[in-house]
Amino acid sequence: MTAILRYLAQAALYVPFMVIIGYFSTSPAYVHLPSDQALVRLSLSHAGQRIGECRQRTPGELAKLSPNMRAPLECPRERAPVTVELEIDGKLVYREVLQPSGLRRDLASTAYWRHPIAVGSHRFRARLRDRASGDFTYAREQTIELAPAQVLVIDFSASQGGFLFRF
Amino acid sequence: MEQSVTTYEAARLASLGELRKIEFIFDRVFNAANNPWRHLGALSFFFFWIITASGIYLYVFFDTGVSGAYQSVEALSNGQRYAGGVMRSLHRHASDAFMLTVVLHLAKEFLRGRYGGFRWFSWITGVPLLWLLFASGIGGYWLPWDRLAQFVAIATVEWLDALPLFAEPLARNFLVVENVSDRLFTLLIFLHIGIPLALLLGMFIHIQRVNHADVHTGRVLGWGTLAALLVLALAKPALSQGPADLATVPHLLAFDWFYLFPYWLLYSRSAAELWVLAGAVTGLLMLLPLLARGARAPVARVDLENCNGCARCFADCPYAAVVMRPRSGAGPGRMRAEVIPALCASCGICAGACPSSTPFRSNERLVTGIDMPQLPVNELRAALERGLSRLRSERRIVAFGCDCAARIRALEAPDVAVFSLLCIGMLPPSFIEYALRSGAEGVMVAGCREGDCAYRLGNVWTARRLEGRREPHLRPNVASERVRLVWSGAGEGAELARKLDDFRLALEGMPRNAPHLTSRTKALHNKIPIERGS
Repeated sequence: MTAILRYLAQAALYVPFMVIIGYFSTSPAYVHLPSDQALVRLSLSHAGQRIGECRQRTPGELAKLSPNMRAPLECPRERAPVTVELEIDGKLVYREVLQPSGLRRDLASTAYWRHPIAVGSHRFRARLRDRASGDFTYAREQTIELAPAQVLVIDFSASQGGFLFRF
Repeated sequence: MEQSVTTYEAARLASLGELRKIEFIFDRVFNAANNPWRHLGALSFFFFWIITASGIYLYVFFDTGVSGAYQSVEALSNGQRYAGGVMRSLHRHASDAFMLTVVLHLAKEFLRGRYGGFRWFSWITGVPLLWLLFASGIGGYWLPWDRLAQFVAIATVEWLDALPLFAEPLARNFLVVENVSDRLFTLLIFLHIGIPLALLLGMFIHIQRVNHADVHTGRVLGWGTLAALLVLALAKPALSQGPADLATVPHLLAFDWFYLFPYWLLYSRSAAELWVLAGAVTGLLMLLPLLARGARAPVARVDLENCNGCARCFADCPYAAVVMRPRSGAGPGRMRAEVIPALCASCGICAGACPSSTPFRSNERLVTGIDMPQLPVNELRAALERGLSRLRSERRIVAFGCDCAARIRALEAPDVAVFSLLCIGMLPPSFIEYALRSGAEGVMVAGCREGDCAYRLGNVWTARRLEGRREPHLRPNVASERVRLVWSGAGEGAELARKLDDFRLALEGMPRNAPHLTSRTKALHNKIPIERGS
């Protein structure tokens, strides 16, 4: 094989390499979400209420503590699980009892859930209970028109009044 | 169970056969020295350096901010198309090529069964590199902060959130645009530099038990590959897919399947299933060396009385299994070779490198400085002498081959004495001269194809020794036309037989070889029954 033929053949053999790299770097296209769907992303990070009541320390108990540790109230650290429900168009699609995080179960309960949904108008009803028992503490209900590819974020912030629907 | 093992082995050998066919086609065009299939590891290093160089250029112009990231990358692609745009495309395409060559390298070594025994270290240290490579590539996809970056960022954190590691879901950082801060991009660029540096460190460790590692492509392969990437960069530039927008989800994405394939599984299956699959594949790869454990071949042995401390075995060992130590009780600077059994591949290349392995030594029993217990040079010399005395022909040919290359034993004939060594690199060149002096008309030396030696360097060292470019070399007084060096890999027996026929024909056209006898070869020569021709 002459040198020129050899170089031509080498160039020809680089073509499949370029085609493979060039093609699979962008193709085939990936359909992440069908064009007639939107996405609901439910997420929260909320610490449930303490499972027991705080107790006033007696003067004797306080005296036994180091001066810098003499807090008048003694509160149990463990938090109650947080129960979250989401109904869409009257149908319960999500229900979780979220356990508190942390070794002593004294940190926030967290959740993250994604749910593709058909575009159009939907009635959303979110509820949350952050006590060991009793009724739901927070609730919000709203009808939302979702466009293709739109993301509805359902977040929670107790300081802002409870559930936040962001779209 | 036995049936499935047989089926697996048949499939492995069939795949290996197909791979060899491809390699042979490329050998014809590129020569083995520049055949990309024979230098997949070196190509992976080459792509790493291209990615590094182009990455440094991109970093100069990159803005580590939420809005600035996308704009700065767009400015690179559109504002300086033939500089920044090409660099960006080179960065992207070289990254894809890097993944491709790494996976092919892994598959090729797997098909050849090169993961057990003394190779365990290279195999095990290679497995984490897959994760580091994946993480390096994924990190790069976040930075342009376009629609694909948005997808990759959210998919990555959703996958990570399936592990019970984080107190709060990482995905909460990407719920709304206000959650994404400039500091995130500072962290990302830090990771995108730090993880590739860890990858480089891992690659360095990966080749630690390999001497003369193949980490440099030759000029022809290097320039050719770079040119191909440049053509691809111009023909198909890497482009952004619109700015990230957390209020919407990207429907359709131009997907880089080299890196993002797991994310297709993430959404077609589930995060938990993907973790199980990734963990299972990683675990299986890590366990492979254990599954391949078999009887260990005897390792090289040093004979201190015959070791002069020349360090040729140290220089030639492909696996860093020979070290030089100060010789106790000797003067300063006197060294001795020592074999590290765990690293020894039992290839015998060290015995071929030892200057004491010369058959011309008059000792009744030939003991060399470093030798293989399963095939000592003394036994090789005795076998050569027996083989030559057995031949009944005017034109005696001696053929040295290797257990890993084309089957040399099949060439045994009334005029040919064959010797299969552990590796052709085990052959001391003086044996060729010894055979010619003892009555052989010609000596054929056959090894694995270039770039395909089972012990990496056996055929390279043999060629250099015979060309006089490496010690111990074949002495220049040996008639080079009577020595034929041929490369034929496993399964190429017919090709090797044809090469022997060519050599036989060439020898017939030469005058008879006049043996130059030494005291030892003279004794041998007198034993050889010679059928005189007319």
